[in-house]
Order: sequence, then structure tokens, then C-alpha cells
Amino acid sequence: MHSPTNIETSWPDTIYTHFRRIGIRQVGYVPDAGHSRLIALCRDDPQIADVVLTTEEEGVGLVAGAALGGQRAVLLMQSSGVGNCVNMFSLLRNCGFGCVVMVTMRGEFGEFNPWQVPMGAITEDVLRLCGFLTYRVETADAVDEIVGAGCDMAFNGNLQVAILLSQRLIGPKQWTK
Amino acid sequence: MLDRRDFVKQLLADRGDLLVVPGLGSATYDVAAAGDHPLNFYLWGAMGGTAMIGLGLALARPDRRVVAIPGDGDMLMGLGSLATIGVKQPKNLAIVVLDNAHYGETGMQPSHTGAGIDFVAVALACRFRQARAVTRIGETAEVRRLLHAGAGPLLINARIKAEEVPRVLPLRDGHAIKQRFVEALRQH
Repeated sequence: MHSPTNIETSWPDTIYTHFRRIGIRQVGYVPDAGHSRLIALCRDDPQIADVVLTTEEEGVGLVAGAALGGQRAVLLMQSSGVGNCVNMFSLLRNCGFGCVVMVTMRGEFGEFNPWQVPMGAITEDVLRLCGFLTYRVETADAVDEIVGAGCDMAFNGNLQVAILLSQRLIGPKQWTK
Repeated sequence: MLDRRDFVKQLLADRGDLLVVPGLGSATYDVAAAGDHPLNFYLWGAMGGTAMIGLGLALARPDRRVVAIPGDGDMLMGLGSLATIGVKQPKNLAIVVLDNAHYGETGMQPSHTGAGIDFVAVALACRFRQARAVTRIGETAEVRRLLHAGAGPLLINARIKAEEVPRVLPLRDGHAIKQRFVEALRQH
């Protein structure tokens, strides 16, 4: 696999390095352009079970089941996916399952599709109401510190942590004619 | 049609190493009525998530057999998870749906399965290794054998009578249920 060295493009590798450091063994995701490199890194890792979901809500159950079996799991989703999870997030809160959700933001900086805006605009508030600690990453040079701290907090304290990767970091969705 | 309490009690008899995830409502009460056990992860919510909790657990512990026991309403809400499980092909996961074709917790309103929606056909279409319906209590021993030794993913659709039975209420504190389960699994 090509290994980018530029920090502007290698931030998914930095996230993956933290997944390895804290011993993530299961990754649930719905395919996503913003997470595409991170998903590829996880899929290539024989230590990580990658579980492609039909809806993000399924991933919440996956995290709980993994934890019951003694494994750490993370979820990768777009901001729209957060809305699909709201009731199921109760499971994490009720039982104290540590969880990290990596959220690629849509509907903000440079978004061309207004249909993404309503959910994107409330994503962080929704996560907080669901009991998550939320941290926003605006620039590539902040990824290492914030993702590292978020992962440690989630699994040292059985807390629910969401890290929002801003659309400015990811870049607006590229459309071809 | 099966008596739900008899069926679940026989299903979990001599359970050995089995890890059990019953869905919210009557499934949790049925599993509790069969005998409390630290390796039961009772659900009191998370409707639609029972099968996926089973998947996460089965992937984490490939050395153990896992059975998720949703009701039909729970399974309908998480129908997509059958496709997700079909992709992962966990050999150690079984799903036993307690299907009374009704929403028992909310007043016995009819569910989709009474109109012919068929979990067995869905599971087979989702590449489950085995899927079958059970209607007679005499078939339970064979189902139990499948849970312990059959190649998964497998789905059993247990057609149970739609009737009210006394509630048997297990632990309700989510942290306590989780902690008890995790510690018991760590020890044996």
C-alpha cells in the first residue's frame, strides 16, 4: 500500500497507529470516502476484524459484544450515521462500554449538498446528549494528540468518546461529472 | 407451536460453555426463567441490537459458542444485521428467534412474521450456513446439538405460542450485568 508521508494526507495512518497502540481488535463501519484510507489499513491488518455494517446502529451492538468478549472496538462513521444510532447508544451508557467513534463530518465547511447540513449541524450536540465526550479535530497536525487522548480516555475509564474530524480536514467531497 | 418457557429451558439445559444474549422483553424473562447464569447478558433495551451483540462476542471469542435470542420484533428491527453476519460468517454464532408473531410487551399487536415474513428464508439468502424453523418441542434436542456443535452462522426460528406468561425479572443494572458476565468469562 502507498504510504503517504505528508501530514496533510497521512492523518488516517496516525489514527491507525493509535488503534494498534491501544489494542483495537474490531472495527465497525459503513463505507465512507473520508475514512477510506483508515478502513483500508484496518482491513489489511490480520489483528483487526473489520465488520462492514448495513447501518451504523449495528456497530453499537458490535462494540458491546466485543467488550463482553474482552476486546476493544471502534466505530467509523459519517456525521449522518450518528443520527442512526441514537437509541442504541443507550446500551453503551447503561452498561459502561468504552467506545471510540471516529466521525467524518459532512454538512459543514465547503459542503455542496444541503441535504447533509441538518444532521451535520447537530451531530456534536446529539453526541453530547447521548453521553459522549466530544473532541473536534480541525487540522492534520492535531490528529495525533487528540486521537491519542480520546482513545486513552475511552478505554481507561469505560467512557464513550467521539472524535469529530472536520470537513476542513477531510476536504469537501469531490464530485466528477 | 412451542411453549416458550419449555423450549428455552430445554434449549439451555446442560449449556456448558455457552454464552447467551437474550433480547429485551420476553426473551430476557424466558432465559432468566430457565435459570440465572453469569454468562447471560440480559438486555432490557437496545431493541434491534441483539444479533449484533452476538456477532461482536462471537468474533471476540472464537473459542466459545454464542447464542443470541431475540424476539421477532427485535429481529425485524435488526434485519440488516443478518446480512452483516452473513458477510462475516462466524462459525460459532447461532441466532434463535423466539417468534410468536406478536409484539408481546406492548399489547400483542401482530408483527410482520404473522403475515408470512420468513426469517429462515432471509437467513438463507444472507448466506447463513443453516437455518430452520422449529414448531415441535421434540425438535429441541436437535436444536441444542446445533447450538453446541453445528457450523454457524445458523438461525433457528422457534415458532412459539402467543401467550402471556408470568414475568421472571433478572438483574436490571446494566453495569452489574456486564461486569458479572465479563468476570465470569475471564475465569472460565
